[in-house]
Amino acid sequence: MFKKILIANRGEIACRVIKTARKMGIQTVAIYSDADRQALHVQMADEAIHIGPPPANQSYIVIDKVMAAIKESGAEAVHPGYGFLSENPKFAQALEAAGVAFVGPPVKAIEAMGDKITSKKIAQEAGVSTVPGYMGLIEDAEEAVKISNQIGYPVMIKASAGGGGKGMRIAWNDTEAREGFQSSKNEAANSFGDDRIFIEKFVTQPRHIEIQVLCDAHGNGIYLGERECSIQRRNQKVVEEAPSPFLDEATRKAMGEQAVALAKAVGYASAGTVEFIVDGQKNFYFLEMNTRLQVEHPVTELITGVDLVEQMIRVANGEPLTMTQDDVKLTGWAIENRLYAEDPYRNFLPSIGRLIRYRPPEEMASGPLLVNGKWQGEAPEGGHAVRNDTGVYEGGEISMYYDPMIAKLCTWAPTRAEAIEHMRNALDGFELEGIGHNLPFLSAVMDHPKFVSGDMTTAFIAEEYPEGFDGVDLPVEALRKIAASAAAMYRVAEIRRTRISGRMDNHERKVGEDWVVSLQGESFPVTVKADQGGSSVAFEDGAVLRVASGWTPGDQLAEIDVDGGKLVLKVGKISGGFRLRTRGADLKVHVRTPRAAELAALMPEKLPPDTSKLLLCPMPGLIVKVNVEVGDEVQEGQPLCTVEAMKMENILRAEKKAIVSKINAAAGDSLAVDDVIMEFE
Amino acid sequence: MKDILTELENRRERAREGGGQRRIDAQHGRGKLTARERIELLLDEGSFEEFDMFVAHRCTDFGMEQDRPYGDGVVTGWGTVNGRMVYVFSQDFTVFGGSLSETHAQKICKIMDMAVQNGAPVIGLNDSGGARIQEGVASLAGYADVFQRNIMASGVVPQISVIMGPCAGGAVYSPAMTDFIFMVKDTSYMFVTGPDVVKTVTNEVVTAEELGGASTHTKKSSVADGAFENDVEALAEVRRLVDFLPLNNREKPPVRPFFDEPGRIDNSLDTLIPENANTPYDMKELILKVADEGDFYEIQQEHAKNIITGFMRLEGQTVGVVANQPMVLAGCLDIDSSKKAARFVRFCDCFEIPILTFVDVPGFLPGTTQEYGGVIKHGAKLLFAYGEATVPKVTVITRKAYGGAYDVMASKHLRGDFNYAWPTAEIAVMGAKGATEIIYRADLGDAEKIAQHTRVYEDRFANPFVAAERGFIDEVIMPHSTRRRVCRAFASLRNKKLENPWKKHNNIPL
Repeated sequence: MFKKILIANRGEIACRVIKTARKMGIQTVAIYSDADRQALHVQMADEAIHIGPPPANQSYIVIDKVMAAIKESGAEAVHPGYGFLSENPKFAQALEAAGVAFVGPPVKAIEAMGDKITSKKIAQEAGVSTVPGYMGLIEDAEEAVKISNQIGYPVMIKASAGGGGKGMRIAWNDTEAREGFQSSKNEAANSFGDDRIFIEKFVTQPRHIEIQVLCDAHGNGIYLGERECSIQRRNQKVVEEAPSPFLDEATRKAMGEQAVALAKAVGYASAGTVEFIVDGQKNFYFLEMNTRLQVEHPVTELITGVDLVEQMIRVANGEPLTMTQDDVKLTGWAIENRLYAEDPYRNFLPSIGRLIRYRPPEEMASGPLLVNGKWQGEAPEGGHAVRNDTGVYEGGEISMYYDPMIAKLCTWAPTRAEAIEHMRNALDGFELEGIGHNLPFLSAVMDHPKFVSGDMTTAFIAEEYPEGFDGVDLPVEALRKIAASAAAMYRVAEIRRTRISGRMDNHERKVGEDWVVSLQGESFPVTVKADQGGSSVAFEDGAVLRVASGWTPGDQLAEIDVDGGKLVLKVGKISGGFRLRTRGADLKVHVRTPRAAELAALMPEKLPPDTSKLLLCPMPGLIVKVNVEVGDEVQEGQPLCTVEAMKMENILRAEKKAIVSKINAAAGDSLAVDDVIMEFE
Repeated sequence: MKDILTELENRRERAREGGGQRRIDAQHGRGKLTARERIELLLDEGSFEEFDMFVAHRCTDFGMEQDRPYGDGVVTGWGTVNGRMVYVFSQDFTVFGGSLSETHAQKICKIMDMAVQNGAPVIGLNDSGGARIQEGVASLAGYADVFQRNIMASGVVPQISVIMGPCAGGAVYSPAMTDFIFMVKDTSYMFVTGPDVVKTVTNEVVTAEELGGASTHTKKSSVADGAFENDVEALAEVRRLVDFLPLNNREKPPVRPFFDEPGRIDNSLDTLIPENANTPYDMKELILKVADEGDFYEIQQEHAKNIITGFMRLEGQTVGVVANQPMVLAGCLDIDSSKKAARFVRFCDCFEIPILTFVDVPGFLPGTTQEYGGVIKHGAKLLFAYGEATVPKVTVITRKAYGGAYDVMASKHLRGDFNYAWPTAEIAVMGAKGATEIIYRADLGDAEKIAQHTRVYEDRFANPFVAAERGFIDEVIMPHSTRRRVCRAFASLRNKKLENPWKKHNNIPL
């Protein structure tokens, strides 16, 4: 086995590889840019070598620099992770020339699968199902109808030069094909000056399902089941799971066998992923093959018990696979949620900065344990696992130079429903402050009926959140549980307040049992009776919720047992109550005595200030330039000023025609989020 | 007998009506609570004991003798906040617009006298149209009587003012002399002369809100120490503040049970200071991570943001915090920040509240605005305040401590008890580049040589060890152990005794 391995990557994947290498007794070498001096992968590795300035194109993807680091460290093998140099044949060649093992497939396989057209051709030759279509020129409408019939409806009629939906028609029958051909052709001629048209199968209700393959250099290949990655935002995967709730055993087998056939056809030897698009009738079509470890590989590991990184290293070391297809057993269900440093309330704008608080839920495995790459025993009832692959730590920095992914949170349980429930709690218990992040959005997806039923397509996010994400409104049942918890918690905090020194003896304040909890526009009068084991919270309608927790004032996370169910709340401070976050909702919860609630009801509701005539600073940053002056009439889209945040310049533009009435900031000012930069008439 | 008891109830009922239901509704319509409702929210349920409920004015001019409501526009008495005694007066806008008469003033004076005698804070809820014009000079005398008591009570018991409606003319000077002024957004304003007079005299057109609203006084003028969304929130937050304060100057600050390990280590603080010395970071993160339960009560949050002042607890006991904020003006000292911090330090010293100072200060802000504004005298206020303070003083230098500002920020030389520095601290006369340009003036034209000198200077002085060699820094500490070190330091100072020489009073550069 190799004595030393270099990981040509950063972040969570570098940490992930280091973990397995360490388990195998292999020394690890990290590489890092200036921005990653204090990064977790650098701290975890046995050695770390600096390779240049922060931008990846001056560090992590400069082959010469990485090669120099390999030479300096004396590493015998290189794991490329994903992204960066992982699918760069030149890097693989350079390693080969230097006599260093590449923990990945042969150069030829990378090259063959790296090109869309070639890969599709090879796939067809290997008997892999590809999207049927006619690439030749189509003369007239009748020919279009003929071809459409050959492909089978529905079909997509596309302009060769097309893009952005122009010159594109979907046809479900001959009439539509005829009309579609004509209108596409006209539109294409007008829009692009090129009226060439082709036709291919239109995939309805598309789902993204991929097959994990594993091959050695001795001609053996197996597939490790599939992963469903249909929950995507602009082609960026957000939620993945294994297995897919959609596939049946026969389809799985057919996809798996075709994937292995394709891998073998290109002499593949490593872990790889064959991506398919699957329609509502379970027809599947080859999309592409990723010749590397996939981001979402943990879900496969969780249901198969196979450590893919270990297998990749063994294959790179020339070892044959020790398992056959028959050894592959899919156990239970695994779900992965990708935590991104993207602010869901600001249209997923990337957010960078310091992780003031970063406390992921505790990693655990109470199900069948993974030992030497095999699950031990059957999954016990209620067993589950939580896994968090990450490359950051509290006090660390999310930098603008790299992928905004913070962590990959995975849960495993015997059934999908249980895995989802564990994921909800894990998300609720994930403490992350200092940057904008998509935790609330992920929580919302985990509670979405379509996701819960498994009925989703790649259009899920676009269709279910067309206007973006605007937070979550919780149902009244959930609100009651939160209200009961808040009342019990607030009472604890109030009793502590009465234990202050210097109070009048015999005239202490008595904390009452009656409270009114208001949240999300609802008010719940409750009576809290505390005893040894917790509190009984009675509602006006007579219902009583039993609340127990070990929460003490100041705890930022409350794990509460409400009538036997688990409720995990992130607890923040507001006047007269708490800010509570759970299940994607961000609630201001006020807990008041009945009299205080009565008086609070007299307070006028203050509308948030009208910001439509203001230019607000979208991020903390430095004003580099103000492009306009007071009195200027600006047009929609006209640059107003430039804000530099973490060395990146952002041009703020006018949203509509307006006259600048006041400018509050000048070049050189550093502003906070939502500071008013200028005002309009 | 029964009739007599009923008579008392009837009279009480009349007193509680204040200016009558119509005016109460109008008060509610403005988004304001009544004087009595406010007291209910301020004090522990059922703890209010009223004085002078039946006091009525004695004015006989302008037909005033026809209208002599009970209470005369102010409700006074005492009660408890979490079981601790406070005195309170609450002006009743529904009675003669809360205007101050001779008797109204006497009621306030009575509870202030008792507060000083019995050692309990005074909380004033202000909602008054001003002087009772009909009473003329008697009303003015009333104001002055209150002023004199504010002055006498200053430094003896904490005085808190909450402006919950108008507060104009001479009336402003009573709150002005209390320790803290809070305002309610949109429903309160304070000014010496109102918009009409301003228009007549200076021809400036300005609204009451612009002239003296909560935003003006918390951001620009610094007259107010904080502002809240509405009456309910304001009173809840005053209760929260009272929990931080001792009842009087003979008592130690309060202690309450806490749920936070004094020895808690926070590794994230090891990366708080950015690699680049000119990159700002948020000092509030340090404050929140050191404080018990992350609880911090900020004073003057909106004003002079380059310095942070407020209260936290360590091991359940109140500590006043002063900290430079590198996020704003690089954390430098200037006129506003010096004044803000000086007043805060003096409050803490008055009431035996220990002071924790976090230092990251590149110096005083240069410029004509500052010099013309008298930064010399204003800066001296903070220096003076720190130097005269005899309470326990613990200082942690996180990064820069340059020049005179180093001396000012609770340095060892100003009788600092514990002066800690993080390894990232740079204690020097000035930044390396500026220093070398002066020392090596001859090499100014040679950028390379200057850079070389700068590196040498940095190696020698851009660290805490030169100061530590001299004993100006007691110990260089790891950032992650700041809470533990600071808690232990204050614990060791619980019995500190230090007295200044007898004097009538000092002559701080006002």
